[in-house]
Amino acid sequence: MLNPTPKQITLLKAVVFVLALLPFIRLVVFTVLDKLGANPVEFITRNTGDWTLYFLCITLAVTPLRKLSKWNWLIKFRRMTGLYAFFYAALHFTTFLWFDHFFDIDEMWKDVVKRPFITVGFTAFVLLIPLAATSTNGMVRRLGGKRWLWIHRLIYLIAPLGILHYFWMKAGKHDFAQPFLYGSIVAVLLALRLVWRWQGRRVRTQVPA
Amino acid sequence: MLIKRSPNGIDLPYSSEITPREVYESRRSFIRRLAVGSIAGGSLLEMAAREAFAQTPGAQKLTAAANSAYMLMDKKTAYKDATTYNNFYEFGTDKAEPAQNTGTLKTRPWSISIEGEVKKPMTLDLDSLLKLAPLEERVYRLRCVEGWSMVIPWTGYSLSNLIKKVEPTGNAKFIEFVTLEDKKQMPGQRRAVLEWPYVEGLRMDEANHPLALLTFGMYGEVLPNQNGAPVRIVLPWKYGFKSAKSIVKIRFTKEQPKTAWNLAAANEYGFYSNVNPEVDHPRWSQATERRIGEDGLFTKKRKTLMFNGYSEVASLYAGMDLKKFY
Repeated sequence: MLNPTPKQITLLKAVVFVLALLPFIRLVVFTVLDKLGANPVEFITRNTGDWTLYFLCITLAVTPLRKLSKWNWLIKFRRMTGLYAFFYAALHFTTFLWFDHFFDIDEMWKDVVKRPFITVGFTAFVLLIPLAATSTNGMVRRLGGKRWLWIHRLIYLIAPLGILHYFWMKAGKHDFAQPFLYGSIVAVLLALRLVWRWQGRRVRTQVPA
Repeated sequence: MLIKRSPNGIDLPYSSEITPREVYESRRSFIRRLAVGSIAGGSLLEMAAREAFAQTPGAQKLTAAANSAYMLMDKKTAYKDATTYNNFYEFGTDKAEPAQNTGTLKTRPWSISIEGEVKKPMTLDLDSLLKLAPLEERVYRLRCVEGWSMVIPWTGYSLSNLIKKVEPTGNAKFIEFVTLEDKKQMPGQRRAVLEWPYVEGLRMDEANHPLALLTFGMYGEVLPNQNGAPVRIVLPWKYGFKSAKSIVKIRFTKEQPKTAWNLAAANEYGFYSNVNPEVDHPRWSQATERRIGEDGLFTKKRKTLMFNGYSEVASLYAGMDLKKFY
């Protein structure tokens, strides 16, 4: 069984950190080299949106993977992948606010209120903020494990909202292949949790302590 | 034989005796092209620019005199952008895919079958179509429903020329354009993203408007496959998806055609789909647009014009509620 030493974990963390930053570095390099294609704003918007979804899926996959593989050390990577989901979501939102609306908050707000797919995406992003803000060890201690856990269960709402946002965006183009793929991944990851919870309850009732 | 002598008595040779034949011939052809270019309203600079734009290796030239009624002050979109950023779902839903996947499309032999409410139904092959009316070059703005725009020099003639030839009956109220359907040539049709074949349509008076261009070329060359080769329609006052590509059939009908995007999402894509900054797409505003190649990351989007700036079509819609008939 794989069981890395603390030193190896630190090293592995550094590797994952750099890998997860590569999509951002690529965007910066492409912007500087003018390689974003005919419609740079569209490229950046889609790319940052895609990476937000990838990291949401990866983050949600950590616990199931840990349970199935018994590699408990995987949990040490969850905060980083979650923060990367927030990082790319923040870039995605900034692209919208800056390059689409040029910081015209009134105009942006009109878009958010009027268009359901933006409403949903915006809500998901806003809900991510408390998770990112309470991601430090200090905050976990200050809030207490239970309250902290309660806040972070918001991810079970955020991920489906993100999928819905993507689905709605693609619906107009009648191209559901990608939203369906990520929707299925998120559905399986969430369903696994329900199954385990249900099993856990049954075990508890069958074997009273 | 009279020999002209210079005042100082030195014989001057004919220029033809110094300059090699191929050089002076190419020089003459250049001057000729220059003359054509200037008659066509284009400057030397523009010609040079066009040569620099049109870069498809081995592409067949399709030059025509520019129609000065359809010249624009707008800067033309770079050929590379206009040919690598395309919505042509028959070759994939990503805008980079058409340029990569259209190698399978065979554009010759090609013909259009003209059917329905006409006195003279006929099938016209590409050569007859090209000869049906004088080709002209027109520079049109192209506004995509997605909120971006381009400026493209097209080569073709008014669709009305073709309509006149087939003599529509009194029953012909609409015209329908049908794109090729062939999964082998158009791999994107293996996925049911839209109902195939792609169908678009117009009311007869719209189709007869001189702006409606039956198009065979762009940037002085035959249409690249990804831009709807070998023959398409271009309707600059409507969102781009109304301009059907790779047309194999034109039908004249009594009923309003069931068009592809309208079938897919009627609440988002109406039959008319005129460019209209006041009528939003449900998921975004149509008030502004981003000009490809010009409006970069840090440029504010420009205002979209009613009918994409082609106010001459306004009379076609007099008295119509354009919010209802979007």
